[in-house]
Amino acid sequence: MRKFLEKLERLDRRVIFIFIGFSIALPLLFPVYTDFSVTAPVEGFYNAIEELPPGSKVLVSCDYDPGSMPELFPMNIAVFHHLLSRGHKVIMMQLWATGTLLAERAMTEVLEDFPEKIYGEDWVNLGFKEGREVVMVSMGTNIPKTFPTDSRGTKVEEIPIMQGVTNFDDVALLMNVSGGLPGTKEWVLQVQSRYGVKLGSGCTAVSAPEFYPYIQSGQLVGLLGGMKGAAEYEKLLGRPGTAQRGMDAQSVSHIVVFLFIFIGNVAYFAVKGKKKRLQVSR
Amino acid sequence: MRREIPIAICFLFGISFILEYFIPHEGVLSIFETIRQWAIIVIAFAYVLGIANLLRINYHVVQRKQRDWPYKIILMASLFFMITVGIVFDILGVGLGGIGEGTIFGWVYYHAQYPLQSTMFALLAFFIASAAFRAFRIRTFQASLLAVTALFVMIGRVPVGESLWAGFPDFTEWIMNVPQLAGKRAIMIGAALGAISTALKVLTGLERTYLGGE
Repeated sequence: MRKFLEKLERLDRRVIFIFIGFSIALPLLFPVYTDFSVTAPVEGFYNAIEELPPGSKVLVSCDYDPGSMPELFPMNIAVFHHLLSRGHKVIMMQLWATGTLLAERAMTEVLEDFPEKIYGEDWVNLGFKEGREVVMVSMGTNIPKTFPTDSRGTKVEEIPIMQGVTNFDDVALLMNVSGGLPGTKEWVLQVQSRYGVKLGSGCTAVSAPEFYPYIQSGQLVGLLGGMKGAAEYEKLLGRPGTAQRGMDAQSVSHIVVFLFIFIGNVAYFAVKGKKKRLQVSR
Repeated sequence: MRREIPIAICFLFGISFILEYFIPHEGVLSIFETIRQWAIIVIAFAYVLGIANLLRINYHVVQRKQRDWPYKIILMASLFFMITVGIVFDILGVGLGGIGEGTIFGWVYYHAQYPLQSTMFALLAFFIASAAFRAFRIRTFQASLLAVTALFVMIGRVPVGESLWAGFPDFTEWIMNVPQLAGKRAIMIGAALGAISTALKVLTGLERTYLGGE
């Protein structure tokens, strides 16, 4: 028994890998769509878009790459879908070089539901600009100077949707899909606190706790934290997507991790107790 | 002068960005707008410097056939390939040149970089599970507090938690909004004060490690 417990305590990580692999793959293949409620940060995010008058110009900064795509791509799609369905104008941009094609693809997928939306009138992609925080602050003074052309090389002043857009005062809302740095934290520090623009964020689950202080201080109107946040948002939109499909996989994998932690501790205490008893008997 | 001039430049530009924040006058802002455009150009040039440095280091490794030298050849070849199909082909007007969808660059991005990067990130799930198994041992009171809180948040933030107990999401939100937030805010304030003091030391030339050398 002791040997078994010791083995359990030093369990080969490949065993854990196999269990995790199955706990993710099986629910993805056979989803049951467990129901869940919507949390306040997600509701805040949703309401911020709902409360805007139709035709409002919303700046969406898609700052992520393929690494964080499973979490952020579904929420990027959901945000674009929500904005276009409400008749808002989307101005998208990227601060991550490796995410430009992803943001464009997210919009392409959404446009399948809105074939009537015209590039340049209903949405525009300003593209990627290197400079991180400097770009953010620069946009506060002059967006056309910071992005003289869009991603297709068209001069910004020739794009109808960009008419009358000089700085953040001309944008009703700023949405950031954030995979790290530069991301939501920098948008809050450099833009929200300085220019007072309404800011919402969609971020990875691991970085969500970092942004909770900004929700409480009112600097973020809402927050979509990881795939769960995206799934809640999809639920509010009434449009099930990949995030909702991923919830079962997340549930099962979390339970598996929970069980491994529990088993690890049981084995640890059992082995520790036996060792103590042996020492006392000697 | 090799040190004094960079320190003077750092002081001037650093102070100008601080002043800009506190003097929101239109005339002053237009000056800073120009400075910011310079900054963006300088940052873009850092890419050129980065590429030159990358080539220099890797070329030497290949030349001396040091450890992993074949990988360095692949790295440099990939770099030149992406630059060629993304920039050179676009300038020369060669078909499928450029960096958008439907280009060679886009194809390589979707079929090489995208799956590779996603795979690397996906592997984290396995390693985190393995690390959690070993790390969350209840050895001390603090460790038990951490483990129990982590388990509550982990289960409470997925739908199955809500199926087990309807109050789980609210309880998890409370953990996030009260104890977690208090700790996070304390760390943020401490880090911000540290950043301010470091920035002042850099601006006044007391901190010079960024200049390199001894």
